[in-house]
Amino acid sequence: MSTAVVAAKRSEKESEIGGFSPGRRVVMLVAIWGALLTAPFWLPLLGGYTALAGRVLVFGLAAMGLNLLLGFTGVLSFGHAAYFGLGAYGAGLTLRYLVHSTPLAILAGTLFGGLAGTLFGLLIVRRRGVYFAMCTIAFGQLWYYLAYSWNSFTGGFDGLRDFHREAIGWAPLRLDIESNGTAFYFFLLAVFAVAVALMGFLLRSPFGRTLIAIRENERRARFLGIPIERHIWLSFSISCFFTALAGTLYALLNNFADPMALHYSLSGYFVVMTVIGGMRTFWGPLLGAAVFVILQDYISSMTVNWMSFIGAIFIFVVLFFPRGLLGTRRRAAA
Amino acid sequence: MAQVILFNVTNGLIIGAFYVLMALGLSLILNLSNVINFAHGNFLALGGYLAFTLSPVLGYWGALLVSPLLTALIGLAVERLMVRRIYNRDPVYSLLLTFGLAFVMQDAARYIWGPNGLPLGLPDVLSQPITQELFFVTWYRVFMVAIVIVSVAGLFAFLRYTRVGLRIRAGTFDLETVATLGINVRNLRTFNFAVGCMLAGLSGVLAAGQIGLNPNMGDDLLMPSFIAIIVGGVGSLIGTLFGGLLIGMAAALTTVVYPSASEAVIYAILMAVLLLRPRGLVGEEGMMS
Repeated sequence: MSTAVVAAKRSEKESEIGGFSPGRRVVMLVAIWGALLTAPFWLPLLGGYTALAGRVLVFGLAAMGLNLLLGFTGVLSFGHAAYFGLGAYGAGLTLRYLVHSTPLAILAGTLFGGLAGTLFGLLIVRRRGVYFAMCTIAFGQLWYYLAYSWNSFTGGFDGLRDFHREAIGWAPLRLDIESNGTAFYFFLLAVFAVAVALMGFLLRSPFGRTLIAIRENERRARFLGIPIERHIWLSFSISCFFTALAGTLYALLNNFADPMALHYSLSGYFVVMTVIGGMRTFWGPLLGAAVFVILQDYISSMTVNWMSFIGAIFIFVVLFFPRGLLGTRRRAAA
Repeated sequence: MAQVILFNVTNGLIIGAFYVLMALGLSLILNLSNVINFAHGNFLALGGYLAFTLSPVLGYWGALLVSPLLTALIGLAVERLMVRRIYNRDPVYSLLLTFGLAFVMQDAARYIWGPNGLPLGLPDVLSQPITQELFFVTWYRVFMVAIVIVSVAGLFAFLRYTRVGLRIRAGTFDLETVATLGINVRNLRTFNFAVGCMLAGLSGVLAAGQIGLNPNMGDDLLMPSFIAIIVGGVGSLIGTLFGGLLIGMAAALTTVVYPSASEAVIYAILMAVLLLRPRGLVGEEGMMS
């Protein structure tokens, strides 16, 4: 085989979602789903708790949603907390003021956050790089400010309370996710699985391939006649929907929504989770979320100076570990 | 009523002046290095705290002069050690880096100077009101605005009439060509970063005299500064200047009519500009893409 063919094969392999050979992919999938399915049983043995696993799922889904835009389209949003928080508030407000139904709350919150992103995406789709990021930050803070100051409706700085998730289903097939933490974890996992399957399907579709083409070479993609702006807008919107879905789950997990769920520092957390795990890999953000959530939980219980440690993690990752966990493995394999 | 409006106009001018100083520094760094400096608010706080520590030794005037320079030095070190390593990488890394830096700096300020608010003592001359009737306008407010005007004018003169200033402006448009012409772009960017931090440090000293010091004093100024840059037009320092004044004034005047909407109006201006004039009020076509 000539080197050109080898190079082409390799680049084909690398552009594969996840970037692993088929055998390795199976092993990884089994490991990921096995760990997730059994988490409530082994996590307490290691000193964790089920809600922590729930948080990993929620933030992992948010970061994977962000990664659709960041890693697979190559567009940087630093304001995804806005859609996460809008999802959380959407679900919380629905449960508190409208209807006591968990599925409807998830639907309402997801639509709320996703549509806000879709509309805003129209305004900024022509921006690139840091300017795109800057617009997303500024717009995200609008919602933070709104939730913060609209005291009577959103609970202001103290956050939105007085709502709780409801059990789903009816008498014989009733799943008590309201008080049973393990049942709720499996409910989260089911929603997560559906969302991730949808995401994987989207990325394997011609649409997903087009996004990767835009990421790799925007100018060439434009010359091929691909409507770049429309694709970036769609990618941004879809990614906002996934992040908003994660936000609704976050509100259900805590029975609480607070303005910090909208703050740009949470956007920063999503980005760093994605980078820790590996931006260009499908499962990276979940892994990054697991690392970040567990580290944060551990550090904030150990020291009051947790901010320095979190900040130091950011700096360390950027300077010494930019490709992330799965990214480094891939390079080592190549 | 006239007094209320006048009070808020002077307030708007002062808030706008802070936005301008802060946003000009951010804008300088953004234009030449393509880095959004999340830690800019923390350099502001650093300037204020340094003045607090130095003023017993050097007096207020000495601290006013020295602490922005020290802030610039620290900014220079930060650029040399960290920021310069990520210039050629995806913008996501520069955001994460300065974001992490902001966390570390805020925590460090809390660790060194304590979590509670501290006052910065002013000389007696400055704390007098200018007349009995205008009791709310102290000399300090006049002084702040004057300092901001002088330093902004100085910055623009520096960029306009000096060789280094010319290089910075040229680099904003086409860094590659500037580098090809044999100019040391690395040092240029370091210097430029330090100048941006100096402006932040200066606004920190000024703000400390007005509102006192606390570890996250820069946070409230960061977001309006971003908005000032977008509204004015990315890539244009004049735009940033007008953007800062505009949103400062708009926020202050809204306070007269409906106080709780003063921040909302800033975001309304942002949305209007993104919708109607995406390149910003003074921005060049294509600078933002």
